[in-house]
Amino acid sequence: MKPTDIRDPDYFHKVVDCQWACPAHTPVPEYIRLIAAGRYDDAYMVNWKSNIFPGILGRTCDRPCEPACRRGRVDEEPVAICRLKRVAADNKGDVHRLMPQGPFASNGKRVAIVGAGPAGLGVARDLVPAGYQVTVFDSAPKGGGFIRSQIPKFRLPDSVIDEEVGYITDLGVETRYNSYISSLKGLMDDGYDAVFVASGAPRGRELDVPGRQDSAANIHIGIDWLSSVSFGHITSIGKRVIVLGGGNTAMDCCRSARRLGGTEVKVIVRSGFEEMKASPWEKEDAIHEDIPIINFLVPKEVIHKHGKIVGMSFDKVEATYDEKGRRSLIPTGAIVQYACDDVLVAIGQENAFPWIEQDIGIAFDRWGMPKVDPVTFQSTNPKVFFGGDAAFGPKNIIWAVSNAHQAAISIDRFCQGQDINDRPPPGVTLASQKMGIHEWSYDNDVSIDLRFKVPHRDKEVSLVDIKTEVELGFDQVLGFKEAQRCLNCDVQTVFAPKLCIECDACVDICPVDCITFTEDGEEAELRGRLNAPADNISQDIYVSDGLKTGRIMAKDEDVCLHCGLCAERCPTGAWDMQRFLLDMAQVNPVPAKVEALA
Amino acid sequence: MTFLPKPKLHHPKLAENGLGFTRRDYEGSISTLCAGCGHDSISAAIIHACFELDLPPHRIAKLSGIGCSSKTPTYFLGNSHGFNSVHGRMPSVLTGANLANRDLIYLGVSGDGDSASIGFGQFAHSIRRGVNMTYIVENNGVYGLTKGQFSATADKGAKSKKGVANNDEAIDLVAVALQLGATYVGRSFSGDKAQLIPLIKGALAHKGAAFIDCLSPCVTFNNHEGSTKSFDYVREHNAAVNFLDVIEGREEITADYPAGSVEIVRQHDGSLLKLRKLANDYDATDRIAAMNFLQQHHARGEIVTGLLYVDGESGDMHDLLGTAQHPLNGMNDDMLCPGSAALEKLNASLR
Repeated sequence: MKPTDIRDPDYFHKVVDCQWACPAHTPVPEYIRLIAAGRYDDAYMVNWKSNIFPGILGRTCDRPCEPACRRGRVDEEPVAICRLKRVAADNKGDVHRLMPQGPFASNGKRVAIVGAGPAGLGVARDLVPAGYQVTVFDSAPKGGGFIRSQIPKFRLPDSVIDEEVGYITDLGVETRYNSYISSLKGLMDDGYDAVFVASGAPRGRELDVPGRQDSAANIHIGIDWLSSVSFGHITSIGKRVIVLGGGNTAMDCCRSARRLGGTEVKVIVRSGFEEMKASPWEKEDAIHEDIPIINFLVPKEVIHKHGKIVGMSFDKVEATYDEKGRRSLIPTGAIVQYACDDVLVAIGQENAFPWIEQDIGIAFDRWGMPKVDPVTFQSTNPKVFFGGDAAFGPKNIIWAVSNAHQAAISIDRFCQGQDINDRPPPGVTLASQKMGIHEWSYDNDVSIDLRFKVPHRDKEVSLVDIKTEVELGFDQVLGFKEAQRCLNCDVQTVFAPKLCIECDACVDICPVDCITFTEDGEEAELRGRLNAPADNISQDIYVSDGLKTGRIMAKDEDVCLHCGLCAERCPTGAWDMQRFLLDMAQVNPVPAKVEALA
Repeated sequence: MTFLPKPKLHHPKLAENGLGFTRRDYEGSISTLCAGCGHDSISAAIIHACFELDLPPHRIAKLSGIGCSSKTPTYFLGNSHGFNSVHGRMPSVLTGANLANRDLIYLGVSGDGDSASIGFGQFAHSIRRGVNMTYIVENNGVYGLTKGQFSATADKGAKSKKGVANNDEAIDLVAVALQLGATYVGRSFSGDKAQLIPLIKGALAHKGAAFIDCLSPCVTFNNHEGSTKSFDYVREHNAAVNFLDVIEGREEITADYPAGSVEIVRQHDGSLLKLRKLANDYDATDRIAAMNFLQQHHARGEIVTGLLYVDGESGDMHDLLGTAQHPLNGMNDDMLCPGSAALEKLNASLR
């Protein structure tokens, strides 16, 4: 096998599964160690630099990091990465002082941003400290976009949004709220050097069944209804509520309905329970609030009498799979009926750009989506960039943030007359953590605690008031214990073949049998004859040649605990534990002063 | 030396043996030997061997004397019986234990100081009595605990870490064991588990005195240029005579091998030792030839390793003494006391 090139930043980055999986590539183990050390301010700033909204994401993130977490492969469940982020946000002191301090010397360039959601605010945060004059437009009265209008307050209080939106606007962003942009052409005529479109996916998909229009007063489009609830325009709903849809919006709808007078709320989905788009923990939370989720029912008709809704009927279906594994839902012939007073429709979201003129050089595809470069986020009009849901359809906050950093880099390079396809590389440091013979600057004692549960407020209390936050968050003690479950995957096992005497000490001590000294071979064949089966091919084998006996060292990265015992047992220092820190490139100057971290 | 215990988390696909144990269940507490010590590799090999043989840990007794090697029983088989004896006295304690309870599996672990100097006589007598045991000497040629003085197995002319040559003749424990009638004799190297593990398995399955001399480099005091027990030196001068597979159960070997390339020895417990020959002219069942071979190759500066001699028909001390099948320590008064009628009869026969 080809020896591993550990100088390629991607190699060790992939070993840090959580960071690799995070769209914004947040250095997760780094901030978890800081939380364990009680350095909440620093932990917050590591997050703030990468993902901009630690307090918000610590409550609402879709957490692609957690399914990727190595702990989940050697233990029952991954580290509660998302909720640890909240620990940093909840326990920090004044972090304002650690952020870039304006006013910033102007570089004379003006950028307009349409939409004050996570993508729009993200671009503003990256560009303002670099000297750009940034104006953000939004039709809502406050910043935050869907973060504010769609996520119920019992999951994310307004105070958290106000705080984290405030950190950005305080940098010196000009905000124009209550300003709906009805013409992109008109905006561009104002002479901006670049425009960033982050207007989200604002249109909820319609329910198209007989009886829909006859019962219009009691059938609500989920995202519009959530938004009205959020801004206090709607404060009640009927007792019996049907929520259609299986995504996270449906989960927010049903839980909100429970708090506004819905006593018999049920979620009805076309697909099977397992295939629902909602995150497993969101489904759990809904079920915990006595909301049944009924699956394999396709809406057939809204039943109404005298202009008033009485219920809905559904076709019962079953899933069949063809030889290619494609699913189709076949009607069983059975019809099921449920009585209800209100229906919430949360069956999908769509983009809508009625405000973008046809003749300003922005090309759309046949699904009505703008043609956007997936790396630079530039549209076919070089001055116009897209990001967040507006670019590629509904995703989640962390993707919007990740888009924002990349779009900001593009806008910066574009405004400075540089090639936007020339992307700046990440900053990488690799430093030994050795302090003494058996002493490392990280805690290498592997915790065997199982994942801790985040404490919840009692249902009796939380179901009464829609603004009462359900999750209480980890306190400092639980936060420390959960942080200790992190395996420190960013502290890498680095092998120096020239020093190795092939004594087998590392092989013998490794608790997960991931190190093998053996004859070289092709990867597929080699994986089969390592000390433990290496059949997770998404995980690399670290291969090193240059040993005296002509054999190779092959280490399966898959379940390495990063406990450092190989390095402790190594008599010659051929193994060393080195901390790998990868910082994604951002617009210069770096927006935050993050103090030197241990 | 490592201070942290080995994490309990293990590979999700860690195999279980016939008893439902994983290999980790055969481990002991964390080693406090120097990082890289050959002895730790031998401990790991013992763990592998016991796991693969499905040995119930509570039926194994591990005994040792004094020295780095004799510390190691703490680091494997944490659920077995253990006895850390006086310096060099492990063979006697083991013999006594074996006499009292012939049903346990006896594993003696010793070092070159423990067995070739202070306990040389003890070693010799346990072998010549044919005690049913596996006797492993972890041989590094130096006294590691007292800063690396030459031991009695250090080769003549070998240099100490400070560059001083050893002038005394070396004791070859393998040669001594062969001469004293050991019925299973092997030599191996801590850096070659592929060879060592089957050798230990064969020894554990063997009835009678099984002796393994295992070269085990001392990384702290004897792994330098001029040493004849360093990783590099042993690798360069290693002359393996065969490669052993231990086949449990009574299945027949059906595969075809070129004539003369494989030697099969059936042991008392039914296990089969399949020896793939690496040296064509080597016959592992011929004691005298083995001794000659050993001396010839020693003269050439080669270290002969592998299963050097095995007697598939061997017996043990209990056979020689004609002791009861029932372990002596498990006999109650009824079994031990023949009664007054028997005494009367005996007395009458002497009148």
